[in-house]
Amino acid sequence: MNAPAPFLGLLGAERSASTDATGCSRVAAAEPLLSLHGAQVRFGSTLALAGVDLTLRRGQRLVLIGSNGCGKTTLLRLLHGLLHADAGERRVHPLSGSGRAPRMAMLFQRPFLLQLSARRNLWLALWLARVPAAERAARVDDALERVGLRAQARQNACALSGGQQQRLALARALALRPDILFLDEPTASLDPGAGKEVEAAIDALGASGMTVVMSTHNLGLARRLATHVGYLEAGRLLLLAPTERFFNDAPPPAVQAFLRGESPWP
Amino acid sequence: MALNALTRRLGASLLAFLFLGAAASMPARAQDKFIVMASTTSTEQSGLFAHLLPAFKQASGIDVRVVAVGTGQALDIARRGDADILFVHDTAAEEKFVAEGYATRREDVMYNDFVLVGPKTDPAGARGNDIVAALKKLASSGQPFVSRGDRSGTHAAELRLWKKAGIDLASARPAGYKECGCGMGPALNIGSSSNAYVLTDRGTWLSFKNRGELEIVVEGDRTLFNQYGVMVVNPARHAHVKAALAQQFADWVVSPAGQTTIADYKINGQQLFFPNAKPR
Amino acid sequence: MMESIALALNLIARGDAELLGITALSLRVSLSGCLLGATMGLTLGAWLAVARFPGHRVLVWAVNTLLAMPAVIVGLLVYLLLSRSGPLGRWGILFTPPAMVIAQAILVTPMIAALSRRLVADALAGGGDQLVALGARPFTAALLMLVHERLATLTLLLTAFGRAIGEVGAVMIVGGNIAGVTRVMTTTIALETSKGDLPLAVALGIVLLGVVGLIHGGVAMIPVRDKAQRLAMA
Repeated sequence: MNAPAPFLGLLGAERSASTDATGCSRVAAAEPLLSLHGAQVRFGSTLALAGVDLTLRRGQRLVLIGSNGCGKTTLLRLLHGLLHADAGERRVHPLSGSGRAPRMAMLFQRPFLLQLSARRNLWLALWLARVPAAERAARVDDALERVGLRAQARQNACALSGGQQQRLALARALALRPDILFLDEPTASLDPGAGKEVEAAIDALGASGMTVVMSTHNLGLARRLATHVGYLEAGRLLLLAPTERFFNDAPPPAVQAFLRGESPWP
Repeated sequence: MALNALTRRLGASLLAFLFLGAAASMPARAQDKFIVMASTTSTEQSGLFAHLLPAFKQASGIDVRVVAVGTGQALDIARRGDADILFVHDTAAEEKFVAEGYATRREDVMYNDFVLVGPKTDPAGARGNDIVAALKKLASSGQPFVSRGDRSGTHAAELRLWKKAGIDLASARPAGYKECGCGMGPALNIGSSSNAYVLTDRGTWLSFKNRGELEIVVEGDRTLFNQYGVMVVNPARHAHVKAALAQQFADWVVSPAGQTTIADYKINGQQLFFPNAKPR
Repeated sequence: MMESIALALNLIARGDAELLGITALSLRVSLSGCLLGATMGLTLGAWLAVARFPGHRVLVWAVNTLLAMPAVIVGLLVYLLLSRSGPLGRWGILFTPPAMVIAQAILVTPMIAALSRRLVADALAGGGDQLVALGARPFTAALLMLVHERLATLTLLLTAFGRAIGEVGAVMIVGGNIAGVTRVMTTTIALETSKGDLPLAVALGIVLLGVVGLIHGGVAMIPVRDKAQRLAMA
C-alpha cells in the first residue's frame, strides 16, 4: 500500500495562498527538526516499521493514529531516538538560532516515577540531563507550577493519582525545556476525569507553540490538537495530512474503515 | 501521623543504639605486645590456657593469642609462618618439624595422660590398666570405637597404640571402628550418644559434661602418657616471626615459675598436667 | 531446652562481660563485612543487570553458583591469601578481625550480586527505557532502580547479614577463634558444643537469634511503601 505522494508533500512548506487547516496564516517553511528517510525497524523477524519517510518541522503538532500494533509507538520512539533504525536514515537538524540539536522529551502511556517525592523526581531528571545545579531548583518549581502540582511537591510520586502522575511526568518532560515533546498515548490508561486533566495540560502546551508528536486513540483529542495527522497500518505510514484535510477529504479506504471503527484485527 | 513518626523514631534509635554499641566496644589492644601461639583443641579445652597465660602476662606483659586447632593443622600454621610459637603434643611430628628447619629446637614442658572411656557395662571387657590388652579385646569384640581421625596428637597416639597391640587398621579394621575427622569434644559427643569406646586425654574428659553412660575404663598405663613440647618458630625461615617475645614464653614455661603454675592447675581437685621440663 | 532459655536470660540479665564482648564483635564483623560486601555486590549486581558483552551469561551463571559456596571454603581461600606464606601475607592481618571482615564480605558478595541483579533486571523491565529516555546511562538507571526498590534492596541486605552473622566456617579459619580477640558468637557456640556444654551452646544460639531479631524489628519499623501497596494505589 503506497501513501499517495501528494498527501505526503503537504506535511511540508505551507506555500499555498490560502490559510492552512488550523487557521494559521501562511508562513515561510518552518525549519525542519527531524527527518526520516526509508526508515525501517525490526524486532527479531518482525518488521515493525517498513520504510517510513517523514519530516517534522518546528511548531507542528503531529498526531499518529492507527490500531494497536500498527507501529505508532515504534515510530514515536524512533523519532525520539530511543530506538535505532535498522535501515534507512534518521536525521536530526540543528536549530537555526543556536545551532545545537533539538532537545527531545517523551511522555509514556504509563509514566515510570521513582519512589521519591515529586520534586525529587523532577530534580533527578534534570540531573540526568546534566542541567547545572544552580538552575535545577528553579526549573523544578516552574515545571510543577505549569502542570498545577505545586501543592504535591513533597508527596511521594507513587502515591499520586493516575492523572496527577501523568501530569507529573509531563512536568518532568517540560522541566527539560524540550524543543520537541513526544507523547505515547498519554491518556490511554487514565479514567475520563484524569484524562481531561492531562488533555487540558497538553492543549495548553500546544497553544504555546511547542512542537509535539503524539500517538493516541482519542480522535477528539487528535482533531483538537493536531496540525497534522498520520495514519499507520502494519508499519507503513499510509496517510499524512493536515488535520482538516485528513478528516474531511476522501481518505483511502483503510483509513476510512479505521475512522469508522471498522478496522479488522491486525 | 503521630504514631507513625513515633515508631519511625523508635526503630531508628534502636538501630543506632546497636550500631553505636558495637562500634564503641572496639578493643584497645593494638598497643599490647602479643604473640600468636598455635596449639591444640584438647589443650585449650582442658582450660589450661585460661590458668597459665594470665600468669605469663603478669610476669612479662606479653599477650598470648592461642589459635587452637588439631596438631597437624597447628604444625601447618607454623610452617606457613602464621604463628610465632607452637605448643603441641606429638613428639615425633615435632622432631620432624625441627629437622625441616622450621624450629631450631623443641623442649619438653609437661605431660598428661590419655584414658580409655567406655560404657559403664563394659561389653568388651576392656577394664583394667593395660591399654594394649584392652585394645585387643575391643578389636575382637567388635564393640563401637570412635577415633578422631584428624591428624591430631591424640589421633597419632591412638594409631601408635593400635600398632603396639598388633592390629593393622588398614587391613584388619575392627568391626566397630568409626572415624569422625573431628576434635576431642565432638568425638566424645558421638561416643556418648552411641555408647562407644573413645581414647581421650584426661583434661578434656574432666571438663566434658555430656558423658551419658561413659566412664573411664583404662588408665594409668605408662604408654598412655602424652608428652607436650614447645617450639619457637625459626626466624631464619620466617623473618617476621616475633622470635624474641616467643622465646620469652618458652623460657618462662620451662622455668620453675612456669612449671609450678602448670602443676597448680586442677579440675575438681585433680591435677591434669605434670611438668617435666629438663633443666637447661 | 528450658535450661538453655533460662541460661540465656540469665546471661543477658547479668550483662555478662564476655557475652557482651563476643556479641559486639559478631555485630562489628558481620555489619562491616556486609557493608563491604554490599558495596561490591550491589555494584556487581547492577552492572550485570545491564551489561552486555560476550561471556556475560557465563558470569551471571558463575555468580549464581557461587552464592552457594560453603563458608568453610571461603575461609580457606581467604586464609591462603592472607597467610604469611600467601600473596597478601605482608598485610599481617590473619587471625585478626579485619581478616574476618574480608572473609565475610567475600562470602556475601555473590549472594548480594545475584539477588540484586534479579531485582534490578525486573525493575528495569518496568521502567528502564523511560529512565534511558531521560538521558540515563544503563548503569545509572540500574543504580536508580536500587534506590527505587529500596525495600527489596534492604531485605536482600538483611538476608546477607543473616548469612554472615550466622556462619562459623569462614570466621573460624581466618580468625582462629582466639579468646578476646577473634571469638564471635558462632565460634563460641561451636567451641561450647565441642566441649560438650550443650545447654550453654543453645543459650548462646538463642542470644544470637535475639540480637538478629532486634535488628529486623528496628528495620521493620521503617515505613516504606512496598510494591503491593503501590500497585494497589495506582
